[in-house]
Amino acid sequence: MSLMNYVYLAIVLFAIGAATVLVRRNAIIVFMGIELMLNAVNLAFVTFARMNGSLDGQAVALFVMVVAAAEVVVGLAIIMTIHRSRRSASVDDANLLKL
Amino acid sequence: MTTLPLSLPTAVAAADAAVAPAQGMAGVAWLLVALPLAGAALLLLVRRPLERVGPIIATVLSWGSFVVGAILLVEMIGRSPEARAQHLTLFSWLPVGTFSLDAGMLIDQLSVTFVLLITFVGSLIHVYSLGYMAHDPDRRKFFAFLNLFVAAMLLLVTADSYLLLYVGWEGVGLASYLLIGFWNWNPPYASAANKAFIANRIGDFGLGLAIMAMFATFGTVTITGVDRAAQAAGDQAGTMLTVIGFLLLLGACGKSAQFPLQSWLGDAMAGPTPVSALIHAATMVTAGVYLVVRAHPVYDHAPVAALAVTIVGAITLTMGAIIGCAKDDIKKALAASTMSQIGYMMLAAGLGPVGYAFAIFHLVTHGFFKAGMFLGAGSVMHGMGDRVDMRTFGGLSGKMKITWATFLCGWLAIIGFPFLSGFFSKDKIIEAAFVGEGWRPWVFGLTTMLVAGLTAFYMSRLFFMTFHGKRRWLEDDHPHESPASMTVPMIILAVGSVALGGVLQAGGFLDWLAPVTGGHAGAAHHEPVLPIPVITGGTLLLVALGVGLAWARYWRADVPVTAPAGSWLTRAAARDFYQDDVNHGLLVVPGNALVEAATLADDSGVDQGTDGVGRAVLGASTRLARLQNGFVRSYALTMLLGVVLVLAAVWMVQS
Amino acid sequence: MSPIVLMSTPMTSVSALAPASPVVTAAGTSASAFPWLTLIGAIPLLGALLLFALPGRAQVGRALALGFSLLAFVVSVVAATRFDPGSTAQFQLGERLEWIPQFGVSYSLGVDGMGIAMIVMSTIIVPVCVLAGWHDVPEGGRRRNVYFAWMLLLEAMIIGVFASTDVFLFYVFFEAMLVPVYFLIGSYGGPQRHAAATKFLLVSLAGGLVMLAAVIGVYVLGPGGPDGFLVERLTGLSFDPLVERLLFVGFFLAFAIKAPMWPVHTWLPQAASQATPATSTLLVGILDKVGTFGMIRFCLQMFPEASRWATPVVIVLALVSIVFGAAVAIGQDDMLRLIAYTSISHFGFIVLGIFAFTHVAGAGSVLYMVNHGFSTAAMFLMAGMLAQRRGSVRISDYGGWQRVTPVLAGCFLVTGLATLSLPGMGSFVSEFLVMLGTFQRYPWAAAVSSLGIILAAIYILLWYQRVMTGPKPEGLERVPDLTGREKWVMAPLIAAFLVLGFYPAPVLDVINPSVSSTLQHAGVTEPRPTNPAPAGAMNGSAK
Repeated sequence: MSLMNYVYLAIVLFAIGAATVLVRRNAIIVFMGIELMLNAVNLAFVTFARMNGSLDGQAVALFVMVVAAAEVVVGLAIIMTIHRSRRSASVDDANLLKL
Repeated sequence: MTTLPLSLPTAVAAADAAVAPAQGMAGVAWLLVALPLAGAALLLLVRRPLERVGPIIATVLSWGSFVVGAILLVEMIGRSPEARAQHLTLFSWLPVGTFSLDAGMLIDQLSVTFVLLITFVGSLIHVYSLGYMAHDPDRRKFFAFLNLFVAAMLLLVTADSYLLLYVGWEGVGLASYLLIGFWNWNPPYASAANKAFIANRIGDFGLGLAIMAMFATFGTVTITGVDRAAQAAGDQAGTMLTVIGFLLLLGACGKSAQFPLQSWLGDAMAGPTPVSALIHAATMVTAGVYLVVRAHPVYDHAPVAALAVTIVGAITLTMGAIIGCAKDDIKKALAASTMSQIGYMMLAAGLGPVGYAFAIFHLVTHGFFKAGMFLGAGSVMHGMGDRVDMRTFGGLSGKMKITWATFLCGWLAIIGFPFLSGFFSKDKIIEAAFVGEGWRPWVFGLTTMLVAGLTAFYMSRLFFMTFHGKRRWLEDDHPHESPASMTVPMIILAVGSVALGGVLQAGGFLDWLAPVTGGHAGAAHHEPVLPIPVITGGTLLLVALGVGLAWARYWRADVPVTAPAGSWLTRAAARDFYQDDVNHGLLVVPGNALVEAATLADDSGVDQGTDGVGRAVLGASTRLARLQNGFVRSYALTMLLGVVLVLAAVWMVQS
Repeated sequence: MSPIVLMSTPMTSVSALAPASPVVTAAGTSASAFPWLTLIGAIPLLGALLLFALPGRAQVGRALALGFSLLAFVVSVVAATRFDPGSTAQFQLGERLEWIPQFGVSYSLGVDGMGIAMIVMSTIIVPVCVLAGWHDVPEGGRRRNVYFAWMLLLEAMIIGVFASTDVFLFYVFFEAMLVPVYFLIGSYGGPQRHAAATKFLLVSLAGGLVMLAAVIGVYVLGPGGPDGFLVERLTGLSFDPLVERLLFVGFFLAFAIKAPMWPVHTWLPQAASQATPATSTLLVGILDKVGTFGMIRFCLQMFPEASRWATPVVIVLALVSIVFGAAVAIGQDDMLRLIAYTSISHFGFIVLGIFAFTHVAGAGSVLYMVNHGFSTAAMFLMAGMLAQRRGSVRISDYGGWQRVTPVLAGCFLVTGLATLSLPGMGSFVSEFLVMLGTFQRYPWAAAVSSLGIILAAIYILLWYQRVMTGPKPEGLERVPDLTGREKWVMAPLIAAFLVLGFYPAPVLDVINPSVSSTLQHAGVTEPRPTNPAPAGAMNGSAK
C-alpha cells in the first residue's frame, strides 16, 4: 500500500475538520473540528517522517499533541465560562470584540 | 546728439579727480541729517512738555541744518573747482562679504545745491507753519513729521551710495505719507496717503531693482563707483546700462509724479498746505530729477533709456499743463503745474549733458516760485475758510495785498516773464530741447514751446480767478491778510522768484555744477535747429497769447460760480485724463481678482487638500474596520482563503 | 546669470574628511571650558519644572517665569561675548558627552554665528512674550502657572534645537518641542483651539517622521561609529545621487512644513488665529525659524549636490510663497490670520535667500530670521493689545482708533513699517540683502520677489487705514492707551528694529563666517560682476 494513501487520508480529514469549523455554530463542535484538523496534520507529519526516513516529523507530532492537550484544557474552560454567562455555546453570539 | 562737442572727457576727468576725504565743516556734515532727525525723535517721544515749545525747537533745528549747509557752501567755494567734492565715511553699515558697504556722505556741488534749497525753503516753511498750524491740536506731531522729512530728504541728496539714497528715498515717502494723511480722520485723506505711498512703492520697486542690477553688473553701489564703472564699461555694458536706466526712470516716475505714475500727486493735496509747498512742490517730487542727473553716467551710455526719460518728460509736461487748465481747485491746479514743470526738468535731464545743468537750474528756481505760490494759496485758504474752489474767490487783491504781491512775483516767474527766475531757467530748457538731429528737436522743442504758452494760460487763469475780476465770495467770507509768520516767508520766496534766476545765471551756477553734471558749458557749444532769438521770441509771443486769453476769459468776463460742462477735453482734463479709472482697470481690478483667487485657492484648495488627506485616511480606516464583524467563523474563512492564496502563490512560483 | 559652479576639487569619499583636507577650512568644534549652552537651556527648563510643581493658585508664578527667562537672556548675552567671530572652527562653545555610543548618538552642543544669533533672539523674545501673556489666563485660573511653564519648556527645547551639533539630538529636540506647543495652543486660546492644535501636531509629526527616516538613513550610510551623528562627520560625504536626493527631501519636507512654505503652510493661519498672541509670537517668531535654520545647517551642509539639484523647484516655491502669502494677507479680515500670511510671505524671502547660494543672500536670510522674529513678535503683540481692548480680531470691527489711542497707533504704525521693510528698519536690510544676492544669480527671481514689497505696502497700509484712521469711533472714549507694562513690551522690539536697521554690522560680523563656511561646504563660488568697477573706484565703500 502506497504511503501516499495516508497523505490523502490526512487531506480528507483536514477538509472535514475545516468544514466543521466553518459551518457549525456550536463551540464544542467547532472545537472538535479543530482537533480533527490537528490530528490530520499529525498524520501528515508522521507519514512524511516515514517517507523521508527521518524522525523529525514524529517529534513534531508529539509536540502538536502536547500543545493540543493544553489547548483543549484552556479552550474548554473558555467555552464553559461563556456558556455559564450567556447560556449559549454558539460562536456567533460571542461577537462583542469588534468596532 | 553727435553734433554736440560734448565735454564727456571732462566728465570722466571730473569724476576721477572727485572726492577727496572730508575736511573742515564737511567732517561734521552728518549734522545736516542728525539735527532734524533728533528734532523728530524728540518731538515724537516727549509728548506733553513739548506741545507748545516743540514747533519752535523743530524750526530752530531746521535752521541749524541750513547754517551747516551754508558753511559747507562757503568752504566749497573757497576751494578750486576740481577739489570741491568731498567724501565723508560715517560707519560700516553692511559688511557682507563681497558687498561691504559703508554709510557715507558725498558733499559735492550738486548735493550742496540741494542741501541749501531743502534747508532754506524747508526752514521758511517751518516758520510759515508756526502761523498756519497755530490752532491745530496735533501741531507737535506735524512739526515732528516736517523735521523727519527734512532729515530724510537731506539723507537722500547727501548719500554716497545708491542704497543709502534709497533709505532717504523711502524716508521722504514715509514723511509724505504721514503728512498727506495728517488729517486722516477724513477717510478720503487717509486713502490719498495710502495711494501716494503705494504709487511710490511701485517706483521704489524700480529703484531697488536698479541698485541690484548695479551690484550684479559693477560690483558696487556707491555713486562714484557706479559712475566710474559705467564710464569704464561704456558700451560694453550697454544692455545692462539700458536696463538700469529704465529701472531708475521707473523710480523717478514714482517719486516725481511722472507719467504713468502721476495720479497720486493731485490727491496728495489732501495734506496741509505747507506740506504741499515743501514736499509736493519744492523738494521731494524733484528727487526723481536728482536721481536721473546723479546717475547721468548711466544714461550717457544708454541712449534708449535717456530718450525714454525725455519722452516721459514731454508727455507729463503736456498732460500736466492741460490738466492745469481744467482744475478749479487752486491746490490741484498748482499740483498739475508742478507735474508739468517737473516734466520740463525730466525732459531736460533726458537730453543728455546738454540738459543736466538746466534741469537742476530750473529745479532750484521752481522750488522757490512754486513754494511761494503754494504758500500764497495757503494764505488765501486761511482767509477764505479753508476753501479751495477758485470759482468762489475773485477780487482778493484788495483784501490780501501781501499775498497778492508775492503771488504776482511767483506767477510772473513761472510764465517766464523776461528777466525773472523762470525766464532764465525755462528758456534754457526750451533752447536745449531744440538741439539735436532728426525729428527729436522739432518734437521736443515745439512741445516745450507750446506748453510754455499753455503754462502762461493756466497760471494766469489761476491768478486772475483768485485775485482779480468780480468778487464771488460766499456770504460769510471775511478775507483778511495772514499773520507775519506766514507773510514773511512768502515775501522771502517772492524775492527769490524774482531775482534768483538772474543771480544764479550771473554767478555762474551752470559752470559751478559742471564738474558733477559733466560740463554743460552753455548754449554756445551746440546750435539749436532754430536761431535762439527766434526761440525766445516765439516763446514770449505764445506766453503773451496765453496771458491775453486768460485775461479775456477770467478777468474781463464773468466767471460762473458753478463750473460749465465744458468740452470733452476739459472734462477729460478735469478728471486727470481718466487716470484713476485706468489705474482701477489695470491695477486695482486685477489686483483684487488676484487677492480673491489666492484666498479662495488657499481656503478651498490648499487647506482643503491638507484636510482632505486627513479625511481620506479616516474614511479608509472606517471602511476597513467594518471587516472586523465579530463573527469567528468569518475570520476563519478569511484565514482559510489567505492560506489557500498563499499556497497557490507558492505553487505557481515554484512550478 | 552664471550657473552654479562646482568646486574644482569635489570631495569624493569619507576619507576626505581627514583633518589634513585643505578644502574645509572652517570645520570642527572648539570646545568650551564652561558649559554655556547647557546652562542657557537648563535655566528655562529648571523654571518650567518649578512652575509645574507650584500650586496652581500661587501668585508668584509669572514673576518667576519672567525672572527665569530674563536670566536666560543675560546668560545668553554673556555666552555671545565668549563667541569669537574670527575663529576658524565652525562650531564654538562646544560640549560633548556620550549618550548612546552603540548608535553613534552623543549629547553634542555647539554654535556657529547663525546659532548664537538665533539663541540670543529667542532669549530676547521669550521674556517679551511672558510679559505680553501676563493676563492671558484670568486671575486665580488654576492653569496660569502651567501656561508659563509650557512657555519656558518650549524655550529650553528651542535652545536645544539651535545648539545641537548631533543630528539625532537635534531630532529629539525638534520633536520634543511639539509637546509644549501642542498644550499652549490646545489649552489656551480660541474656540477652535483643539482642532488647530491637532492639525499642527499631526502635520508636524508627519514631517518629523519622514525626517526620522532620513536621520536613520544618514547614520547608516555615513561613517558610523560612536560619533556618527555629528554634523561635522556627516559633512562632505559623497552619497549616491539618488540616495542623497531622497535624504535631502526627507529633511527638507520637515523643514518646509515648519518654516512654513507654500503649499504645506495651512496649519499656521489656523494655529495663529486660535492661539493666544504670546503663543503665536513664540510659534512664528522663534519656532518656525527652526525650519529655515535646519535648511541651512543640514540640507545645504550635508547634501550640497541635492540642494543644488532641488534649487529651481525650491526657488519657485519660495516665490509662490512670497506673492501668494502677501496676496492672501491683503484679503484677510482676521488680524491674526493676516499676520500669519505675511509670515508665509516673509519665509518665502528667507528660503529664497538660502537657495540663491550667494554670500550676500545667505547672510541676508540669516539676518532676516532675526529681524522677522522681532517684527512678527511686535505684530502679534499689537494685535493682541487691540483685541484685548475691543474684544475682536476682525479688522472690520475697528476704525478711527488713532484718535482714541495715539500711542498704540504710533507703535502699530512703526511695527507695520518694519513689516513692510521700510528702509531704516532691520527688516529692510535683510530683505534687500536677500534680493541683492538673489539678483546676482537669478535676476528674474529677484524681480518677482520685489513684487512682495509692493504687496507688503498694500496689506500693511490698508490694515492701518481700516483700524486707525477715519472718524473718532463712538462709545470708546474710555478705552485706555498703552499701559506701562505694554510700553515695556514694545520698547525693546522697536529698539531692535531701529538698531538692526541702522547698525546691523555687529550682527553681520557674527553671521558672516557661518554663511561663508556653509557656502564653502555647499561647494559654490560667488558670482562675479560682469563689468566690475575699475580698481580704486570703490572709494572706501565696497571692498
